[in-house]
Amino acid sequence: MSTTAGTAVRAQEREDRAAADSGSGGGVPRWVLVIGIVVAWVVLWSVLRGQDTLVLRGRDSTPLHDDLTAFRDGVLASRDTNPVIGLTTAIAEGFRAVFDFLQRLVSVPAFPRPVPQVGWLGVTALAAWVALAVASWRISLLVTGTFLAYGLLGFWSDSLDLLLVTGLAVVMTVLIGMPLAVAVGTSRRAKAVITPVLDAMQTMPTFVYLIPVVLFFGIGVAGAVACTLIYALPPLIRIGGYGISAVSTATLEATDSFGQTRWQRLRKVQLPMARKTIIVGLNQTTMAALSMAIIASYVNGPGLGKPVLQGLIRNDVGSSLVPGLLIVLTAIMLDRTTTAASERADLAARGRGLVGRPRQLLLGVGAVVALACVYLSRTVLDLATFPETGWGRSLADGLDSVVGSVVGALDGPGEVFKNAVTYGLLNPMQSLLAESPWWLAAVAIAGIAAALGGVRALLPAVVCLAGIWFFDLWNDTMVTLNMVLVATILVMVVATVFGVLMARSRRIDVTLRPLLDAGQTIPAFVYLIPVLALFGSTRFTAIVAALVYAAPAAIKLVADGVKAVPETTLEASRSTGTTSWQEITQVQLPMARGSLVLAANQGLLYVLAMVVIGGLVGAGALGYDVVLGFSRSEEWGKGAAAGITIVLLGIMLDRIGQRAAARTGEGVKVPLRRGTSGAAAR
Amino acid sequence: MRTYRRTGRLAALAACAALALAGCGSGGSIDEQTQANEENAAESGDCGELNMAVNPWVGYQADAYVVGELAKERFGCTVNYKDLKEDVSWQGFGTGDVDVVIEDWGHPDLEKKFFEGEGDGSAQDMGPTGNEGIIGWYVPPWLAEKYPDILDHENLNKYAEQFKTSESGGKGQFLGADPSYVQFDEAIVSNLDLNFKVVFSGSEAASIQAFEKAEKNKEFLIGYFYEPQWLFAEVPLAKVELPEFEDGCQDDPAEVACDYPVTTLKKIVSTSWAEEGGPAVDLVKNFEWTNDDQNEVAKMIAKDGMDPDAAAQQWIEDNPDKVDAWLG
Repeated sequence: MSTTAGTAVRAQEREDRAAADSGSGGGVPRWVLVIGIVVAWVVLWSVLRGQDTLVLRGRDSTPLHDDLTAFRDGVLASRDTNPVIGLTTAIAEGFRAVFDFLQRLVSVPAFPRPVPQVGWLGVTALAAWVALAVASWRISLLVTGTFLAYGLLGFWSDSLDLLLVTGLAVVMTVLIGMPLAVAVGTSRRAKAVITPVLDAMQTMPTFVYLIPVVLFFGIGVAGAVACTLIYALPPLIRIGGYGISAVSTATLEATDSFGQTRWQRLRKVQLPMARKTIIVGLNQTTMAALSMAIIASYVNGPGLGKPVLQGLIRNDVGSSLVPGLLIVLTAIMLDRTTTAASERADLAARGRGLVGRPRQLLLGVGAVVALACVYLSRTVLDLATFPETGWGRSLADGLDSVVGSVVGALDGPGEVFKNAVTYGLLNPMQSLLAESPWWLAAVAIAGIAAALGGVRALLPAVVCLAGIWFFDLWNDTMVTLNMVLVATILVMVVATVFGVLMARSRRIDVTLRPLLDAGQTIPAFVYLIPVLALFGSTRFTAIVAALVYAAPAAIKLVADGVKAVPETTLEASRSTGTTSWQEITQVQLPMARGSLVLAANQGLLYVLAMVVIGGLVGAGALGYDVVLGFSRSEEWGKGAAAGITIVLLGIMLDRIGQRAAARTGEGVKVPLRRGTSGAAAR
Repeated sequence: MRTYRRTGRLAALAACAALALAGCGSGGSIDEQTQANEENAAESGDCGELNMAVNPWVGYQADAYVVGELAKERFGCTVNYKDLKEDVSWQGFGTGDVDVVIEDWGHPDLEKKFFEGEGDGSAQDMGPTGNEGIIGWYVPPWLAEKYPDILDHENLNKYAEQFKTSESGGKGQFLGADPSYVQFDEAIVSNLDLNFKVVFSGSEAASIQAFEKAEKNKEFLIGYFYEPQWLFAEVPLAKVELPEFEDGCQDDPAEVACDYPVTTLKKIVSTSWAEEGGPAVDLVKNFEWTNDDQNEVAKMIAKDGMDPDAAAQQWIEDNPDKVDAWLG
């Protein structure tokens, strides 16, 4: 997480904590209460086990689910007469025209030409020049390298398509998101209305709305952009809105005294002062858009997702790993470029770096060179289409054998670890959660919520539990909840160990950061097969997949938190002769408690985002239901119900976590956010 | 810093120039090809565009690309391959996004929505592909060899203990498949009183991985699978006998206690596309081949790492007789 967002989050929390502190009372310690509830639960469970568990078999559905399906069918049947669909189809037509034009410009042959209007050399040179103009020569080199990698590995068109789709989606998010960000930033009421909608947009699994969206926007690029919008819009609105609302009241009052209108205030004071935060939001939005690449290719969305899925359906790890790594590279390139661009503007304002005439001269020369490259790429065949190198295939084969030997080496120890977690943690907890009567589990969960977070946690917990019960997937929800909890525990163990290591050793930090960036941005579809090869179709496989995705963010948060412990405090403790272990456990970790709480909350939401992926690798439960609804049209209602249930589960866990954190006095409020950190978390 | 930048610039310039020279050396002729394309376009027939849905399994790709490449090569059609799931493909018939679904495994629900009669009539059946889908319960070959009696469902309970996994809650595990397929295994297990629990693999990739692993490590595994499938070339799974399929025995999903029927795979096309006519319509109508044919192409794609279009072209070249029969 970038510092700006971090500060934002922390500042927001301070208000919240102040509000919460006044409400928290004394009495019995909370952990005693929680243990008491769990003990009572276990006792009742041992008597009532197996009753009223509301199990619904994998391929069964309920009348409610069928009603949801019928509703979808109704919309489908009305597609020729429905005015909304008429409108969206027209918009989609526009999208397609724009995209088609851009594609012929840079990525596909512009018939009758055998090649695009501008060939690879021209595109690369232009991109490098833009990077030079907005950022720096280092970034320019990174961009050049990335574009060359696209071509050399044989994925030029798919990569450019991905950039185009991401670009279109980001333009749309700005058009739609900025007005909403202003609303959220300037009006408390608007914020209260919009926030839960954003929560739902970010936790609702894409598979649920993918096909309905296609009904409105058609397959291909328009549908892909529409789906991406739903997922990528929230970060900009949230973070941008925060930036606008964080402009100090003193500044506003001072400028208001000159008699400015609200519009002037917004345009001349609030937006410029929030610029940096808005750019952070934009950066997060870009990463979120990129992370939709694979899902979008299920509806013929263009881009690097296609070759990744191709590899997956052939069980060919290497050939989906290569485009997967190009997605990572793209994420890193976009992240570093946008970040450097915002930093450069600051430096330039302070008169540092190359400014004035020399800079104009440099850019001028650069432009001439880039245009020359464009010209060449329009006339010379080999500069227009990348010559076939075969490097992509060799790299895929190489990666394949590396993955193969890693899997071979881990096979034995992996099995031991899997069994330890499954039999030691996963099965007993699932037995308690899923084999209790539903009402017992509900009362126990609500009780724990109240014990941890007080009335303000109890209320959302009760509402969400009622919703979960209503949507008829109670048992699946308990199984999923169990996996989410176990995965979060593992995430926190990993995050604490590596976070402390990174904070204490610069070398470890520098080595791990790029790996963490990769873990967050590499599409899960790429590593599913090796993980399946190790652990089979099990809940544990799903947990490992979630761990790969969720741990990096948590590790970074813990590392940043531990690093922030003041050096003077450490020196003071060292002077009393503490050992390293004591220093970690008695000084660093307690003082970084806020970061640990934040890491746990974020880790949990990231894990939740992987529930559907879990459904693809044998974890069953809600994830499977969502995939089922996506795969078979008559089961859509069940999938939708599962999707809504996941949203409810996410909101419930988030609210309990937030209230609990606020009441510790160390609390950190985190906006519900998933999959948005990407390579942005540096 | 400035010197760095200047050297960087110069290096880039030099690279551009070098590449340009290299390009000239290998003879760039964009203009010639453009001209050729224009001429071809003028000559080519009335085929126009063919929007071929490509559903996500290799056997389907084999069918789609063989037909698509033929349409391209012989009739000059512009073929758009669109990677789509089944459900979305059918939705595309009405909007003109999709013309052909070349391998359909039976979707009564979609037929109800899109066929003439109950539905909006945007889709129609264009006859069998010649492939027969054999769905059922399969075990890895080592298991069939070592315990031949396992191939009869009546003996399954005897082995239930060995099929136990961390996921199956004390019973034997039956591995259900990708949710895309119609599956009655939960009902079959309970109606045949088998001491098994259905655990869904969740995706085809997961099922394939499971069978490959079970064969390699000599593990017990039983699950839903189907033919034709490229995996059989590598791991020839053995089919477990269930009570034979009879008409109607799968009508009530809760009561199913019989094997899956042999599925005749068929071609589904957009009604408006079919009515427009054209050479590609006849090609799709005439296209018919065997499971072995499909497996041959599928193996080139899945195991030899060929691109689907290259694999299809290869097969077309090797099988002129079959191809000519479709071209009528």
